[in-house]
Amino acid sequence: MAVLTAALVIALGTLGIGQRSVLAGAQQKAETTEVKIDNFSFGPGTLTIPVGATVTWTNRDDIPHTVVSTDGVFKSKVLDTDEKFSFTFSKAGTYPYFCSIHPKMTGKVIVQ
Amino acid sequence: MAGKTKDEIQYDHNHDGIDRRGFLKCMAWAGTGALCVMSGGVLKSYSLSRLPEMSSKEALGELSFVQISDSHMGFNKPANPDVAGTLKAAVDKINALSAAPEFMLHTGDISHLSKPEEFDTVDQILKGAKPSDVFYVPGEHDVLNDDGKQFLERYGKGSKSGGWYSFDKKGAHFIGLVNVMNLKAGGLGTLGHEQLEWLEDDVKHLKHSTPIVVFAHIPLWSVYPEWGWGTEDSAQALAYLKKFGSVTVLNGHIHQTMQKVEGNVTFHTAASTAFPQPQPGKADSPGPMKVPAEQLKSVLGITDVNYVQGQHALAVVDSTLA
Repeated sequence: MAVLTAALVIALGTLGIGQRSVLAGAQQKAETTEVKIDNFSFGPGTLTIPVGATVTWTNRDDIPHTVVSTDGVFKSKVLDTDEKFSFTFSKAGTYPYFCSIHPKMTGKVIVQ
Repeated sequence: MAGKTKDEIQYDHNHDGIDRRGFLKCMAWAGTGALCVMSGGVLKSYSLSRLPEMSSKEALGELSFVQISDSHMGFNKPANPDVAGTLKAAVDKINALSAAPEFMLHTGDISHLSKPEEFDTVDQILKGAKPSDVFYVPGEHDVLNDDGKQFLERYGKGSKSGGWYSFDKKGAHFIGLVNVMNLKAGGLGTLGHEQLEWLEDDVKHLKHSTPIVVFAHIPLWSVYPEWGWGTEDSAQALAYLKKFGSVTVLNGHIHQTMQKVEGNVTFHTAASTAFPQPQPGKADSPGPMKVPAEQLKSVLGITDVNYVQGQHALAVVDSTLA
């Protein structure tokens, strides 16, 4: 049930990925999920993923941003326009993060 | 403000030069240009078109310097594909000023991505300016990836370990502050405990009549916290400056000119030499604003500051690059 709930949240949170493939991915624990950086915000702001999933952030702004874990778990280099950063979450938990250049930009990854 | 030829604002003025009740908020949006002269409790502002009518004593002082900001060398997006060209235009503007400024202040975001070649290009262009001395403070774009190590190696000679410093020119005391390091999630610009302690000590022995000029990248007043346009602990810094009769705070970061006067403190933000940003809250985000190519130079600019010794007057003049 927990896996199904997580998968549904992902299906709602990521456009363009069918629920079936998300479910399959969740079961294999190798899902890749996208976060877009647009207009000085992370989208989706809160992302729920299964353990073992990889999240890829893409900067679509004309201004550089970073993706930095508030607790020091991960930290990207500065991302210029269209540059990406990926991190694989191997442990369950809640991972708040922010852009260290524009700290008003915050997001959260929930790993279940 | 710019729509009028002259505004005169007079507010209740205490003998210590600090006025809690007096509050003035006037905004000069990029491209408008204004001259503001503050003397005692009276602030007068004039549109740039009236400058020729003013006496040289009003318009020019014994100390003249220029503030430039937000060069963003390396930026190449549609909002301005030629930031080197517009920085050169800013240098031309500086070299054409009737009174040659003694030095320049650069209030940060020299580079776009902290790349060595970006800093090199700015250094090269600024060598073409008549004033040879440039005093820098970092913007957040200058300290990417290395916590400001490169910035301090290039520009931090004589500064404290964190990059802040002060110096005196013709009786005025200049303070360069760093508020772009160690930013916390959800927060604004930060000065930090160590810098605040240094500031308190730095101004402790100065006479109350000493004109103070503070410069830092992110505004030291709350312009628009929703976009991060403010500094968490600026109130503490300003508390150390309460005793002074004349305090001028010069910032960049928001890529538009804006001014506020509160008691003895005049806050001023400079235009960028690279690209404009939207007015607070007038867009989804504070990202680069694209304007028609022929209008670009009217929303970029430089700031010329004149200090008349003995009158405690600082005149702040914004000029566009158009």
